[in-house]
Amino acid sequence: MDTGHSARRGGPAAAVLPPDRPDRPDRPVITDRVPSFGTPQTDESRSRRLAGRALARPSLPALAGLLLVSVVFAVQNLDLLGWGSLATVLDSAALLGIGGVAVALLLIGGQFDLSIGAAAVASSLVSALLIGNAGWGVWPALLASLAASLAVGLINGLLVVSTGLPSFLVTLATFLILQGTSLAGSHALAGSARVGGLDDAPGWGSAAALFDATRQLGEGRFRVSLLWWLAVTALGAWMLWRTRFGNAVFASGGARRAARELGVPVRTTTVALFCLTAMAGWLLGTLSLVRLGGVQATTPGLITAVDFIVVAVIGGCLLTGGFGSVVGASIGALLYAVTREGIALTGWDPRWFQALLGVLLLMALLANGEVRRRLKAVPRS
Amino acid sequence: MSAAPRVVPPLLQLRRLTVRYGNVDALSRLNATFPSGQITCVLGENGSGKSTLVAVLSGLRRHDDGQLLVAGEPVRFRSPRQARAAGIATVWQDLAVAPLLSVWRNFFLGAEPTRGMWPLRRLDIDAARELAVRRMAKVGVPGVDPDAPASALQAGERQSLAIARALHFGARALILDEPTTPMTMARQTLFGQAVLAARAQGLAIVLVTNNPRYAHLIGDRFLLLAGGQVAGNLTRDDVDADMLTALMAGGEELSTLTATLTALHPELGER
Repeated sequence: MDTGHSARRGGPAAAVLPPDRPDRPDRPVITDRVPSFGTPQTDESRSRRLAGRALARPSLPALAGLLLVSVVFAVQNLDLLGWGSLATVLDSAALLGIGGVAVALLLIGGQFDLSIGAAAVASSLVSALLIGNAGWGVWPALLASLAASLAVGLINGLLVVSTGLPSFLVTLATFLILQGTSLAGSHALAGSARVGGLDDAPGWGSAAALFDATRQLGEGRFRVSLLWWLAVTALGAWMLWRTRFGNAVFASGGARRAARELGVPVRTTTVALFCLTAMAGWLLGTLSLVRLGGVQATTPGLITAVDFIVVAVIGGCLLTGGFGSVVGASIGALLYAVTREGIALTGWDPRWFQALLGVLLLMALLANGEVRRRLKAVPRS
Repeated sequence: MSAAPRVVPPLLQLRRLTVRYGNVDALSRLNATFPSGQITCVLGENGSGKSTLVAVLSGLRRHDDGQLLVAGEPVRFRSPRQARAAGIATVWQDLAVAPLLSVWRNFFLGAEPTRGMWPLRRLDIDAARELAVRRMAKVGVPGVDPDAPASALQAGERQSLAIARALHFGARALILDEPTTPMTMARQTLFGQAVLAARAQGLAIVLVTNNPRYAHLIGDRFLLLAGGQVAGNLTRDDVDADMLTALMAGGEELSTLTATLTALHPELGER
C-alpha cells in the first residue's frame, strides 16, 4: 500500500485517482499512471513465481522420468546404450511419437481421439487395396487414402462440434466403424486379412525412399520414420507456441466459453485438430504399409489409441485440456520405448511392461493433477 | 428529456426494454441511459434483474421487447461477438481469462498480432509481451510477468487484465459484472483504478455491484433495480453513501414505499 513497494513493484506511481491517502499529503504524484497497489514482491511470491515458471514446462516430469528409467536400465544392462538397442528404441518411439504429438494437440484442445489407431490401419488398407486390387499407382493411392483420412477426421470433428457429445464416445464409435469396416472390407475385397505384394507397383521406389529409407550405424538400423517423428514434433511445437492456431488450441481446451467470447474460432480449431490426428493416422499407416510391403487388417484393439493418449499424458497433457506440450509427448514416447526395450534387454518377463506403464501413467496423472491444482488455485488475495 | 435536441446520443440507451423468462418479466420496460465517460453503477438485490441486464448488454441474451440503442442506433445482438464488434466489452468474474494461459496470450487471445507470410505466419511474441506489460501498467498493474500463467494473477489483477484488453481493442462501453465480491480492499482499489482509467479514456462504464459504498466511491450515476424495474435513477449529487446503502437494503419494499409516499406527498418527489 505504500510508495515503497510500489516502486519496488516496477514503476513510479501516478494519478488518475485523487490522492487516496489524505493522511499522507507528501505522496509524490508526478507521472501519468495510477498508483500501484499490486502484490508486494516478498520472497514468498518470488519463489511462487519461480515455481510457476517450472510448472509452465509441462514436459519436465517426463524428462525426469526418462532420465531415471534410462539410468536404471543402463545400470542393469549396458547393451541399452548400444547402437542396436538405440535404433530399436528410436524406431518404436518414432511411431508412438507421431501419434502422440497429434493426440497431445487434441488433448490440449480439450478433445479425445480413440480412432487414430484404427484410422491408421484403415488408411493403409485403402492404399493397399487401391494399389493391389484396383491397379492404381502408389502416389495416387496414397493421396486418395489421405483424402479418406481427412474425411474421417472431418466427420469426427463436425460430429463433436455440432452435437456437443463427448469426443471420447464419438471417436469410440468411429473406431468401431473403421475397425469393423477394415476387417470385413479386406476380406470381401481381397479375400483375406492380408493385402500384400505391392512392391512392383509404379512409384513404389520413390515411396519407399520417402517412408522406409534406412541407414546403418554400427549395428543399428535407423529408419526414416525417426526423421518424420522429429519433423512432426518440431512442426507441432511451432504451431502450438508460435501461431494463432496454437493460442486458439490452448484457449479452446482451457477456457472454451471465454475463448468463444473473445472471438476465438473454437469450432474451426476443434475440427482442424481432428483432421490433424487423422493425418497423423494416415502417416502412421503409410509408414507401416511401405515398410511391410502390405497391410494386415488384424485387430490392433483399442490399445494403440490408448498408447498415444498414455504417451501424451506422460508428456504432461491434462486430460481436461488447456495445458500440455508437444515436446513432452515426444519425450513420453521415448520414455515408453526405453521402458519396453529396457525390460526386454534386462531379461524381465515382458508381460511386466504394461504394469510398469500403468505405474508411469499413474505417476504422470498425479503430477499433472498437482500442476493443475497449483495453476488453478486462485490466491485468496 | 426526449424533447431536448440532443447532438450526441448517449452511448448505450434502453427504451422500455423487456426480457421475459417464460411468463416472468426479468426486466420490465426498463428505461436507462449509460453515457460515455461516466460510471453507471447498477445496484439491486439478487433477482432484481442485474444479471439479465448484463446478459442483454453483452449479447448473451436477446431482449423480447423495447429497444437497446448503441450510439442512437437500435441493435439486437445475436452473439457476444456482435456485441464486441459494436465496441461493448464485458468483463465477467470467471470468463475474463483462461487461467492456464500466460498473461500476454490472454491479453491478445482472439486477436493476436502476427508477422510473416502465411505458411510461416507466426505470433509477434516480443511485441505482444511488451504491449501487454505496458497496457497492464496503464490500468495500475505495473511489473507484470507476461509469461506467468493468468492464474498467478490476483483476482483484481485479472479484472485489470480484462479491462486493459478492452481498452486496447477499442471498446466504447465496458460492462463489469459483480467484480468486487471476493476481493479485499487492496484488490478493490486496484480494480477501481482500472475502471477509472477506462473512464478517463471516455468509455461508458456499466458496473454491476452489490456494494453500495464502493459504488458510491467510484460511480457517477446509480441505477437501482428492483423486481426487474427501475427503482431509482440517481446521480452522485442526489445521494450520499449512507442513503445508497439504505436504498440497497430496502430494495423493493422501499421503492413501493417511495412510490406511495410520493403519491401522498407530491413535494417528496421534488427532492
